[in-house]
Amino acid sequence: MINYLITGISLGSIYAIIALGYTMVYGIAKMLNFAHGDVIMVGGYMSFCATAYLGWSPFMGILLAIVVCTALGVVVERLAYKPLRNAPALAVLITAIGVSYFLQNAALLLWTSNPKTFTSVVGDGSVQLGTLQIPYVTVVTILVCLIIMIGLTLFTNKTKMGTAMRAVSEDKGAAQLMGINVNTTISITFAIGSGLAAIAGVLLCSAYPMLTPTTGSMPGIKAFTAAVFGGIGSIPGAMLGGILLGIIEIFSKAYISMELSDAIVFAVLIIVLLVKPSGLLGKSVREKV
Amino acid sequence: MAMLEVKDLNVYYGLIHALHDVSFEVNEGEVVALIGANGAGKTTTLHTITGLLPAKSGSVVFEGKDITKQPGHKIVHLGMSHVPEGRRVFANLTVEENLRMGAYTRPKSELAGSMKEVYEWFPRLSERKNQASGTLSGGEQQMLAMGRALMSKPRILLLDEPSMGLSPLFVGEIFKIIEKVSAGGTTVLLVEQNAKKALSIADRAYVLETGNIIKEGQAAELLNDDSIKKAYLGE
Repeated sequence: MINYLITGISLGSIYAIIALGYTMVYGIAKMLNFAHGDVIMVGGYMSFCATAYLGWSPFMGILLAIVVCTALGVVVERLAYKPLRNAPALAVLITAIGVSYFLQNAALLLWTSNPKTFTSVVGDGSVQLGTLQIPYVTVVTILVCLIIMIGLTLFTNKTKMGTAMRAVSEDKGAAQLMGINVNTTISITFAIGSGLAAIAGVLLCSAYPMLTPTTGSMPGIKAFTAAVFGGIGSIPGAMLGGILLGIIEIFSKAYISMELSDAIVFAVLIIVLLVKPSGLLGKSVREKV
Repeated sequence: MAMLEVKDLNVYYGLIHALHDVSFEVNEGEVVALIGANGAGKTTTLHTITGLLPAKSGSVVFEGKDITKQPGHKIVHLGMSHVPEGRRVFANLTVEENLRMGAYTRPKSELAGSMKEVYEWFPRLSERKNQASGTLSGGEQQMLAMGRALMSKPRILLLDEPSMGLSPLFVGEIFKIIEKVSAGGTTVLLVEQNAKKALSIADRAYVLETGNIIKEGQAAELLNDDSIKKAYLGE
C-alpha cells in the first residue's frame, strides 16, 4: 500500500515536471505545445548517447540533455511558433502537432525504432526504510521534483524576470509598455520548460528503461492531462495534478486493472472537468470581449 | 524644436484607414490634450507613438530621435511612458509588483526611492501595496496605472482616457494629480473624451475627428469656440 503510494508519487513527480512545461508555456504564450512530450524523448536519447556512446558520466549526460533540449525548445519556438504569434489558435496547435511528428521521425531516422536500454543515472540500489525497499531512482525523482517546485515558485514570485513573466502572461501589450521584451520572455519560458522536460526524460528513462522515438508521447499526453487537471496556467496546479495523476494511475494498476489504468486516469480527468471546468487550482478567467 | 513631433501619420487596421495624415507636436513642459469622440483615433494615435501599432507612413520624432520603427519595449527606455486606456494593471500581481514592473528598465538601486515617491503621490496605494491589483476599485487602479508609469521616470507621460468609468470624485482627484505631475516638470499628452475637463488643465489642444485633426489651438480658446462647445462640451 505505502509502496504503491510512493511509486505513484514518484511517477506523478515526473508527470508534474513535464506538466510544468506545458502549463508555463500555455500561461505565457497561450498555446498548447504538443511537441513538449517529444522533447522528453530527445532528452532521454541525449543522455543515452552521452553515456553509452561517448562514455561520459551520467551527470554529464544529464547536463548534455538539458543543454540540447533547452536549445531545441528555443529554436522550435523561434522557427515554428513565433511567426504564428498572431495566427488563430488552431493554426498554432496544428503546427505543434507537426513539430511533434517531426521530432519523432527525426529520432526514428537517427536512432531507428529498436528500443535502447537506458541505464539508470542513479544506479540500481535501493534505500531500506523499515520494511520498505525504495529504489534510488524513486527517491531521486521525488527529491528532484521537490527542488524544481520550490525553485520555480521562488523564481516566478520573487525575481524580476519571474514577475515579468507573470505580467506578460496577463497582458502582453501592457508588459511591452513597461519595457519588457515579450519575445525574449516567451523564449525564456520555452527554455525553462524544455530544460525541465530533459530532466523528466532522464528520470523517466531511469525508472522505465526502454527508450524509443515514441517514448515521450504517452507521458506527454498524460502530463498535459495533469496540467489541465490541476488548472492549466497554474504552476501549483501542474504539480498537484501531476502527482495526483501518478497516484491514481499506480493505484488503478495495482487494485483495478493493469489494462484499464489509462482509461481510469482519463475518466477521472473528465469527471473533474465536468465538476470544475477550470481544473483543481485553475482560476476561471472571464474573457474580455 | 518640439519634444514630440508627430508628422503625417497614417495608420490602418487591415483595410480601414484609421489615421489620416495626423500631425501635431508637444513642447517640453506643456500639457497637450487630444480630444475627440469615440472612434476618432485618439487611442490609435497613442498606440502608434509607443509602438503598439505600426504606422503605414509618417513619423514620430521624440527629442530629435525618430522612433517610428522602434519596437514597443524600447520606447520606455527613451523617457516616454504610456498609461493605456482601461488602465491595464496586472490584476494578479500585487500593487507593489505592478509598480516594480513600472521600473523594469531602471537599476535596482533606484527602485526604493521611486517607490517611496509614488506612494507619496498616491498614499492609497501604499495602504494596499500587498493586495492583488484586481481587487482595487476603478479609481485606485487608475492611480496604480499612473504610478506604475511614473516609476520609469518619464520625461513625457501619455495618458489615455484617465477619467473613463470613474466617479466624479475620482475624476477630480485624477486631474489634480495630472496637474501636479505637470508642475513637477513632466510633459503630458492627454487623450480624453471628457473634453471640458481636459481643456481646463491643458495648455493647447488638438481635436480629432474620424482620423483627421480638424482643429488646434490654445485650450482656453477652444473652450470658448462655438463649434467645439456644440460638439464636445454639450453646451
